[in-house]
Amino acid sequence: MYKIAVMGDYDSIYGFATLGLDTFPVKNPDYAAAQLKRLAEEDYAVIYMTEALAEELSKEIDKYRENLKPAIILIPGISGNTGAGIAGVKKSVEQAVGSDILFNEEQ
Amino acid sequence: MANVVVNPTRMELTRLKKKLVTASRGHKLLKDKRDELMRQFLDMARENMELRKKVEAGIKAANTNFVIAKVGMNEQTLSTALMAPKQEVRIALSDRNVMSVDIPVYDYKTKSADTNDIYSYGFAFTSGELDDAVRSLSDILPDMLRLAEVEKSCQMLAAEIEKTRRRVNALEHVIIPETREGIKYISMKLDENERSTQVRLMKVKDMMLEEAHHYKEHQFENAQ
Repeated sequence: MYKIAVMGDYDSIYGFATLGLDTFPVKNPDYAAAQLKRLAEEDYAVIYMTEALAEELSKEIDKYRENLKPAIILIPGISGNTGAGIAGVKKSVEQAVGSDILFNEEQ
Repeated sequence: MANVVVNPTRMELTRLKKKLVTASRGHKLLKDKRDELMRQFLDMARENMELRKKVEAGIKAANTNFVIAKVGMNEQTLSTALMAPKQEVRIALSDRNVMSVDIPVYDYKTKSADTNDIYSYGFAFTSGELDDAVRSLSDILPDMLRLAEVEKSCQMLAAEIEKTRRRVNALEHVIIPETREGIKYISMKLDENERSTQVRLMKVKDMMLEEAHHYKEHQFENAQ
């Protein structure tokens, strides 16, 4: 059985602890990168990460993009939605099709 | 392609013909694979976008609720209340094979079936808004898990489609034309060799007949 982790700044993620997800509040991006690596090697199949943190760890996240585990999913933090999550979906479409044919007109 | 060096031999010709057959079949199969992957991917990408919008809206609402809850009580009480969660979520990870891409399927279980276990605190010192906030977050959890599943699948399918597309293009625009060119070159060269052998033989035959019967001399005499 695998676990679910939530990473980000404390204020954005503390609520998830009540649901039974493991929360890992992080401030320092260097520390976060090490943390992410550790979580990926452990039994975490899904890691939710705030968009703000993900922006600083984009290189590390890309490494896990094609692996079955873990799935790193961006969620908006408390400071608001940066649109990085939506951009991630568009990136997939662009990678597959060559250009974003699905969601182009929605902008 | 002019720059490809091939030996103009029959063995090479057979080899190239076999290669062309394999390449054409591979091209057809990969093209089918790409089309099917694309079909699955587009459906999934649409679902992904919908789920993402829903989850983002849900988290935004939950965050607002948490902020309101935080206003109603002090920081210590809040962190104490959330310190020891009662509920736990575990997921069983299995995979589904879509055109030889293993995409994840999550099956999640909560430790206790009681939905009220998300409230990991006594109600005496916390505000009612906190309950609402926790509730709103718990409501979107199934969608969040589904989002994780779909988004991960999308990423993996996208990577596979990109690879397959490259292969299809390489076969279609490089390997197959090069092999055709090679076959054409060899068969022309072989034909040419054959013609030159034929001409040489005819010439030799003429010369030998000439030596045996002295046609030219007779011709000369007859003319006189």
